[in-house]
Amino acid sequence: MKNSRRTFLKIAGLAALGWGVRPAGNLFASSGGGHGSASGVHWGMVIDTHKLTDAIIEKCVEICHSIHNVPTIDSKQDIKWVWKAPFHSLFPTQDHKFLKDLSHHETLSLCNHCENPPCVRVCPTKATFQREDGIVMMDFHRCIGCRYCMAACPYGSRSFNYHDPRKFLKETTPEFPTRAMGVVEKCEFCAERLAEGKLPACVEVSEGALLFGDLNDSHSEVRKLLGERYSIRRNPGLGTEPSVYYLI
Amino acid sequence: MLEKALEGNKVYWGWLGFLLVLMGVGGACYWVQLHEGLSITGMSRDVSWGFYIAQFTFLVGVAASAVMLVIPKYLHHYEKFGKILILGEFNAVAMVILCLLFIVADLGSPQRLMNVILHPTPNSVLFWDMVVLNGYLVINLLVGWVTLQAERNQIAPPNWIKFFIYLSIPWAVSIHTVTAFLYAGLPGRGYWLTAVLAARFLASAFAAGPAFLILATYVAKVFANFDPGKGVLATLGKTVVYAMSVNIFLFLCEVFTVYYSNIPSHKAHLDYLFFGYDGHGVLVPWMWSSMIMGLIGIGILLFPKNRKRDNMLIIASLLIFVGAWIDKGLGMIGGGFVPSPLHEITEYVPTQLELGVSLGIYATGFLILTVLYKIAIGVKREVEIS
Repeated sequence: MKNSRRTFLKIAGLAALGWGVRPAGNLFASSGGGHGSASGVHWGMVIDTHKLTDAIIEKCVEICHSIHNVPTIDSKQDIKWVWKAPFHSLFPTQDHKFLKDLSHHETLSLCNHCENPPCVRVCPTKATFQREDGIVMMDFHRCIGCRYCMAACPYGSRSFNYHDPRKFLKETTPEFPTRAMGVVEKCEFCAERLAEGKLPACVEVSEGALLFGDLNDSHSEVRKLLGERYSIRRNPGLGTEPSVYYLI
Repeated sequence: MLEKALEGNKVYWGWLGFLLVLMGVGGACYWVQLHEGLSITGMSRDVSWGFYIAQFTFLVGVAASAVMLVIPKYLHHYEKFGKILILGEFNAVAMVILCLLFIVADLGSPQRLMNVILHPTPNSVLFWDMVVLNGYLVINLLVGWVTLQAERNQIAPPNWIKFFIYLSIPWAVSIHTVTAFLYAGLPGRGYWLTAVLAARFLASAFAAGPAFLILATYVAKVFANFDPGKGVLATLGKTVVYAMSVNIFLFLCEVFTVYYSNIPSHKAHLDYLFFGYDGHGVLVPWMWSSMIMGLIGIGILLFPKNRKRDNMLIIASLLIFVGAWIDKGLGMIGGGFVPSPLHEITEYVPTQLELGVSLGIYATGFLILTVLYKIAIGVKREVEIS
């Protein structure tokens, strides 16, 4: 009798252990992104720097920040999804001393939606993750605000809500959630608009300077342009494989 | 054994009261942070980690240093370390708790802390850091408590504890290695992107940690008549000088690679820290002080005669401890973020509230350390008398 009870407890214990460990097995299979597969849609953006003007850049920033309830905070703790930045900031390794005004030529900066995103690799809660279509997204409700992703991003594309962002929003749109204090946020390639079959908002107002499409479709407009004109990506030497291309 | 912490003289209670006041101040500052968010800190979009994470990084090293007593005692049977071993283990307990508190203080949404466990993510180094830090805390608390209890009962410690004692050796190395890997695997941060980072972290930890233990033991000697045994601290001073020399050597290896290769993204950070970059250089005097303190510390401790002299040993330990603190607790994090990947310069200086929160956390750590040391020394005295 005693023996059988002991045996039962052993089996029950092992079963409980197995039940507890099973999900952990799946976890080890999870990777830090890397959805660079050739099949399926992979969203990408092409920025034609020849067509980009200051006015267009400002329109892009304005529309993005207004439809996504992005506050403007006049300090170094500001939130930016897309923003104006000079060539030498975006492409520090391509800047040189003979480049006169072009070095300070303003262009557009946003999340690169990397194929191998370091931010996704380091996130301890999967609050930032990569979708099958390549978009790097944020779960604002899971983020613990550790800001490891900001240290990992080599493009400075992420912002942290040091403040309560709602204090800085004059008007909000109910179409998109406002964020709480203490979470990280960034451009999401307008995933909410793509779901409705619309283009990203910045692309829509860009007067043709920004193009958006499927990088895996060889007949898409973005692929045609990338095949015909020279383009550069930000710091390609890091192996992140950005999905945003700049035509030069 | 806890009752040992409840009896003490006026100095003991006064010190605890003082720490409690500091904890209150820190708690008040943290209350403001909970309401106003991390906006009360000097951190920014470009410098997204600051004083809190730097303290955590430095203290992981101080915690790991217990192994510098465990290895000689248990692998080389250097019995003289037997008496201060418990101080090393209890120090590790207090320091790991400090580390955990600093991490929580740094979180933007601490109420979601458990997400790290609810959604475990093995590809994140932070997940592993949580595992190794908590593991190290448990191991040291267990080993310290069980061996002290055995000492009190004047029996040999149970055999099974040996397993945890040996486990604590690689585990100590792991906590600082994993902490270095938090930084050393990030593609766009030239200052941290170096294979020598984990080794450097360990070397500076094995200098700063034992230096702190030397100082803590002197405090115990003055206030509690604790006798570490003849020559023990001088031997520990030898560990400090070896480790600090290795640390400086590894730093110079880094300097060579960075400057001889001439790669701008790696050079920019060392330039910023030691010479200033584009007219910005808030850390320059600090970094040179750190360097000079380390070298003077080595200069003193290299000579066996100095290691045997109390005042020399104390001065050198102080210099090395403070030097290592500046290097890791100020320069390591700030220097990694400036200049930013967009080559913009946003300098970071902690705010008063940030320092207030840190002060409260340090007070908490020292309170735990004091209570644990009180217990350990109380038990040892009881055994001596009987």
